[in-house]
Amino acid sequence: MKEKEDRLQRLTAVRPRLVSFALMHLRDREQAEDAVQEALVSAMEKNDTFSERSGYETWVFGILKYKILDAMRAQKRQGKWQPLDGEQDDDAIDRQFQQNGRWQEDARPSSWGEPEATFENEYFWRVFDACMIALPDNAARVFSLRELMGLSTEDICRELGIKENNCWVILHRARLRLRACIEKGWLKEETP
Amino acid sequence: MMCKEATRLMSLKQDRTLTFQERLSLRLHLTMCSACRECDRQFTLLHKAGRRFDPEDDDDGP
Repeated sequence: MKEKEDRLQRLTAVRPRLVSFALMHLRDREQAEDAVQEALVSAMEKNDTFSERSGYETWVFGILKYKILDAMRAQKRQGKWQPLDGEQDDDAIDRQFQQNGRWQEDARPSSWGEPEATFENEYFWRVFDACMIALPDNAARVFSLRELMGLSTEDICRELGIKENNCWVILHRARLRLRACIEKGWLKEETP
Repeated sequence: MMCKEATRLMSLKQDRTLTFQERLSLRLHLTMCSACRECDRQFTLLHKAGRRFDPEDDDDGP
């Protein structure tokens, strides 16, 4: 049937984006591919239940989100995660500030330009992806759940079994690490 | 309030509504500190960057 064929084509087209989305959450190529595979199969099986109210790709992403959450729970159950306590000191963050809480001279943030222009630059995304990979696993997971999947910190805490305060500490550190990493990679390239 | 603490509030702002007191102290700090103003923009940009996976299949706006 024409419609089915059309959807199959759209699934093939969106697959790479599904994989990189899953990879940012799961931090494991094989598990990310598996979650996407399951989501694609599920999307084809449930093809008839797709209502035209949302876009087709949005609907498929929605299915993938559940598969990712399942896979994350499994990772955690199998003891593959470091403890999620945000209470320890973080050297990488402390290096950005002086003892008195002011920015270190070489860590002071500079302008990244207008967001619209920045987002159109493909190099920015290469730096962004590299910096996501460089994040510690837990920081990357919590950041992905919050900013990519768009869950509230309340939901994340329920999902991961941590206190909300802890979640905020982890996100604060993740953002500081990301910004320092992106600034290094992004602005250096801008001024050769 | 120093810059490190200010970045905590900037981060928090992306996740929940700040209290009146928090908003006030952050705003005061930002008027005095250009580095923190950039950091605030960067956190907001990171937040927006997270939406790049949102499929744009049928609606034109956010």
